[in-house]
Amino acid sequence: MSQEKTSYMQIVAKGIWKENPVAYQVLGICSALAVTVKMSTSIVMGIALTLVTAFSSLMISSLRKKIPSNIRIIAELAIISSLVIVTDQILKAFFYDISKQLSIFVGLIITNCIVLGRAEAFALANKPLDSFFDGIGNGLGYSLVLVTVAFLRELLGSGKFFGFNIIPQFIFDAGYQNMGLMVLAPGAFFIIGLLVWLKNSLPGISKEER
Amino acid sequence: MGDLFSLFINSVFIGNILLAYFLGMCSFIAVSKNVETAVGLGFAVIFVLTVTSPVNWIIYHGLLAPGALSWAGFPDLDLSFLKFITFIAVIAAIVQAVEMIIDKYSPLLYATLGVFLPLIAVNCAILGTSLFMVERNYTFIESIVFGAGSGTGWMLAIVSMATIRNKVKYSDVPKGLQGFGITMIIAGLMAMTFMMFSGITL
Repeated sequence: MSQEKTSYMQIVAKGIWKENPVAYQVLGICSALAVTVKMSTSIVMGIALTLVTAFSSLMISSLRKKIPSNIRIIAELAIISSLVIVTDQILKAFFYDISKQLSIFVGLIITNCIVLGRAEAFALANKPLDSFFDGIGNGLGYSLVLVTVAFLRELLGSGKFFGFNIIPQFIFDAGYQNMGLMVLAPGAFFIIGLLVWLKNSLPGISKEER
Repeated sequence: MGDLFSLFINSVFIGNILLAYFLGMCSFIAVSKNVETAVGLGFAVIFVLTVTSPVNWIIYHGLLAPGALSWAGFPDLDLSFLKFITFIAVIAAIVQAVEMIIDKYSPLLYATLGVFLPLIAVNCAILGTSLFMVERNYTFIESIVFGAGSGTGWMLAIVSMATIRNKVKYSDVPKGLQGFGITMIIAGLMAMTFMMFSGITL
């Protein structure tokens, strides 16, 4: 039993760090960039994606012997989009403001390559529970990148953290200014590029040549 | 007419679907290593967007929008929550149909575009354009122009990225930054360049 537990832990850890979907497999950056202007939206997005990936992996993996392989993409998309519709309705019911800010990006979870990529690469060949934890791991890995980028963008771009001003006034008086660039599209590209550089330069994980 | 023209220019340059809204990034990074394939994928995206955007408009306003089914006796019915699954099904079906039609009538075109068509079904730019089209309340004609404009903008971005990456091959990029890292930074610079267009009012 304890052995099984550790193997689940390993699967989750793999998704979060070793094979982080955004930084290593270059998946799902579409929405990773668009929702990261503020911490609150990016956390909600991270949770939504983690749940969708986990449950779609679970379902696809339990159906993996029933789905004929030549129509599997459509079958996977049907499962994923039903889950996304549920997520969208829940967000609209309980977090209306955030759902307005996320606008179309909740819907775009359907085409987020992480969800489909995990379904194709892992869920079709593994047991349901393993796939569930793989989904959670990858979702958390994605959320980690999202939250890091959002933290930097919100801090540098508008001097806030979860909407509270955290940069004291005397620093502004001394001539500090918010970097407007960070709030705009290019800031997100730069931060992701630099984060990848940082991650590749950390010791022990830079074996993979690109 | 002038409105439609400015909508087109707007969706190509100012609201570039890739550089301003980050849609279609996955294939943008994966396919921009080679100029010819980038051009091929670009044309395929323009084509699919110009077709799917109006088709989804018809389906949304004819079947899904609040009150759209009043002709069938359901004036209060609001099916708009079904738009995600409907749109993705329409897109997948159209991509499949386009692939079969091209294969039958123009094997030459199929040889160049065929490989990319399945990729397009899961490209966020296609679904994103349809969802933007609903959210911004475009009319039918506007949805065609918006689809074509977004596609053109996407192609412009991926082709320029492919040419830049061709040059970058010969430059001395720091080790950890090679590949994905430098691509993101180039994309950031391109996004900055495209932001200059936002000063233009049409």
